Amino acid sequence: MTRYVVAEAGEIPPGGRKIVELEGRSIGVFHIDGDYVALLNRCPHQAGPLCTGKLWGALEATTPGDYRTSRPGEIIACPWHGWEFDLRTGRSWCEPQRLRVRAYAVRIEPGSAVHDAEDATAPQPGLVPGPYVAETYPASREGRYVVVDLGRRPAATRSPVSPASGTAPA
Amino acid sequence: MGGTAGQQAPAPASLASAPSGLIDCDIHNVVPSTQALFPYLSAHWREHITNTLFKGPVDSSYPRQAPTTVRPGSTPADGGPAGSDLGLLRNQVLDPLGIEAGILCCAYPIDSLHNPDAAVALARAVNDWQIAEWLDKEPRLRASVVVPSQIPQLAADEIDRVGDHPGFVQVFLPVRSHHPYGSRLYHPMWAAIARHDLIGGIHFGGAPGNPPTPSGWPSYYFEEYAGMAQVFQSQVVSLVVEGVFDQFPSVRVALLESGFTWLPPFMWRFDKEWRNLRRLAPWVKQAPSAYIREHIRLAIQPLDAPASPRHMSQVIEAFGSDDMLMFSTDYPHRHDADAERALLATLPAMLAQKIRRENARAFYRLSS
Amino acid sequence: MLAPVQERTAKAWTRPALIDCDLHNELHGDVLALLPYLPARWREHVETFGVRPPAGGFYPRFMDHRADARPPSGRRAGSDVAFTRSQYLDPYHVAYGILIPLSPAGGQQNLELSAALATACNDWQVAEWLDREPRLRASMVIPFEAPDLAVAEIRRRASDNRFVQVQFSGRPQEPMGRRKYWPIYAACEEYGLKVMSHAFGSYGQPITGAGWPSFYLEEHVGPAQAMQANIISLVAEGVFDRFPALKIVSVENGFGWLPSLMWRVDGAWRLLHTEAPHLTRPPSEYIREHVYLTTQPMEEPDRPRFFLDLLDQFGDMTDHLLFASDYPHWDADHPDEAFPIHLPPQLQRKLYFDNAAALYGLRGRSEPAE
Repeated sequence: MTRYVVAEAGEIPPGGRKIVELEGRSIGVFHIDGDYVALLNRCPHQAGPLCTGKLWGALEATTPGDYRTSRPGEIIACPWHGWEFDLRTGRSWCEPQRLRVRAYAVRIEPGSAVHDAEDATAPQPGLVPGPYVAETYPASREGRYVVVDLGRRPAATRSPVSPASGTAPA
Repeated sequence: MGGTAGQQAPAPASLASAPSGLIDCDIHNVVPSTQALFPYLSAHWREHITNTLFKGPVDSSYPRQAPTTVRPGSTPADGGPAGSDLGLLRNQVLDPLGIEAGILCCAYPIDSLHNPDAAVALARAVNDWQIAEWLDKEPRLRASVVVPSQIPQLAADEIDRVGDHPGFVQVFLPVRSHHPYGSRLYHPMWAAIARHDLIGGIHFGGAPGNPPTPSGWPSYYFEEYAGMAQVFQSQVVSLVVEGVFDQFPSVRVALLESGFTWLPPFMWRFDKEWRNLRRLAPWVKQAPSAYIREHIRLAIQPLDAPASPRHMSQVIEAFGSDDMLMFSTDYPHRHDADAERALLATLPAMLAQKIRRENARAFYRLSS
Repeated sequence: MLAPVQERTAKAWTRPALIDCDLHNELHGDVLALLPYLPARWREHVETFGVRPPAGGFYPRFMDHRADARPPSGRRAGSDVAFTRSQYLDPYHVAYGILIPLSPAGGQQNLELSAALATACNDWQVAEWLDREPRLRASMVIPFEAPDLAVAEIRRRASDNRFVQVQFSGRPQEPMGRRKYWPIYAACEEYGLKVMSHAFGSYGQPITGAGWPSFYLEEHVGPAQAMQANIISLVAEGVFDRFPALKIVSVENGFGWLPSLMWRVDGAWRLLHTEAPHLTRPPSEYIREHVYLTTQPMEEPDRPRFFLDLLDQFGDMTDHLLFASDYPHWDADHPDEAFPIHLPPQLQRKLYFDNAAALYGLRGRSEPAE
């Protein structure tokens, strides 16, 4: 069982995030422009709380002084040393081949899929750290929910390549 | 120095004979006097120098008789400065070591001349002197263009003037400069270097007028000598961060008389800071160490060798590249360790051969 | 928030208690926090003219303090002893923390103001830090560019042995070995105080020997170069013969550069020693006896094995390596995550505790976390 309900659809606003705890792991769930992504909240550098960092656009330049920003809010910088990661893939922005943070697939699922207790593959209610320990997230049949799948990586997306591969966005 | 006129000093014992096909990346040809430049100066400057008794800019980077400036037997019999005599260079280095090609690095301190016209005139004269007195007389030699680096556009002009002469392979850039060499102020100069496909040869020394350390002026030459490695480190940071290798992707840089054992931990630190602070210079598209390995080479003297051969092996391995080191004698300067004994003899044969010849041959584009 | 140590991985359970040799106690509101400690004459001066350190230019940065280090009070990160205690000292099993305040005192062109600010800062450290948290020790702020005034401050504080060292900025007006500073070293030797040099800080001088770099990224690589120049100077000027008991602590300059520096200065000395005949031994021997270095920013070699090689090159100098976090700055090192390799237990004890305990005369034994 790897799928967990973490929020109602619409609860996390565009550009927003929610930190949840699933299977003992702290995970950040982000809403980017209609898509949802989830990353392990642990920077591969020194285990900092990566998902609490600031969001930036993707910043590239061909030559000195030529700053080009694209993909607003899709790069997260670890609040400790500033390591940048592509929210959509979990890959390091400056060394994508070598460094990454674990990323998880996230989908919106209807309440009917969540609520079916007979279905062994239905997502479990996720645990949300809050004022109550192990608060579970209630789900109704009629609602729509943000579901994180710890067993799957995100599907390949439209994200352009990072600067280390040598191509700049149009 | 004593000795009878015409006596040729034997090759110093420390320059043990090595397998042939050696390329020497750092040989100093020293201007013996301002009078030696007269054939290459205009009438105005000849008159000015004669009447004002101007002795030329004083080279404070190499105190004339300091043990590091002059190796035994290298002072000419006529009393001129060590390094000013082509015959001695042949006898002491080119012939006994079987030097296939030697790269001259003329450290005449043009950068110390605040008068821009004097700087231009003397730079031109030095380069014309190099052609006539060294390149035309000794086919094994190549040379470095001397430039008024303190005014980058004037440096570019001089590079444009002589840069296509086949004997010039490099531009001499003293490591101590007014601004770090990556600064956009210098981009016109790097454009000229790229235009003529020369190497930016960053070399020990310099007299820019600002102190050689971040804490001001040290008391002893010994401090400045040892501390010059840090200035090289700062220059490498500047070249990468300011995007010289992004703006001018064909540019090659040699670090000469810099030491090299500092490079691996420096690359680690530089890469670390880039991972942290990439956003400040987003044109730096890959780790700084990747730029360094691709664009930069280092001459091996001074070796700054550890006492333990094991530690030297660790340093060499941590380079992560066999292409980066180039043999040099730094004649007539004197160094503590013998390159064969302290380095080359301890390395695998193929790597030693790359350092003796292949790396420089490829980097300086020297034909066989 | 960082999870407390009880919930951490097995690694932290065996890690010794820690002496953190670079903990920043920050002034909330900078000099405003010192006004209560200044005499009226200087309070009025500061309120009228402000503090005016030599402005060597400014570098737009990327990160501020560690984003999660702001106390709940809303005060500046690092300015609240209670939050430093709860966020860092307690959960991370810190036995002692050496405070390093970054105050405007050292860089003042007005030397009497520099002295007044130094005294005020030290009074602030006593009242708001040392008296409130017994695990803390402090660096004494001194007007190092006015050695007579600096010595006066040293004598004033000498009886408070919670001050373990004096503080120099990373690039004072002259190289640190110069005779101008010798009276400070004499006083430090007399009172058993170490001389600590903390990265950055400027007396209006660029961090390179070739002019001003353009980007903060360059400035941030630079402290290693500044410290090396100062070490060379201390050795060359014979400071360690003149003051044989003196100890120097390099903070926030990294440490990977030390072996090659020792090889290079020894090579230079072998050829040039007649210029400095007062030096009776190779420079590396002086360095081995007198220079200590904190581990932050931690070296990140391409391969973990290179870190072992580096420690091999250090040899006995591993006794001179002192763990430091640099909490709460953005480039701080996490005590349990910073090292690129898992250190053998004996080395852990040395780097986390024993070396600093020996240097600063701190009691206690390095023990694993309970």
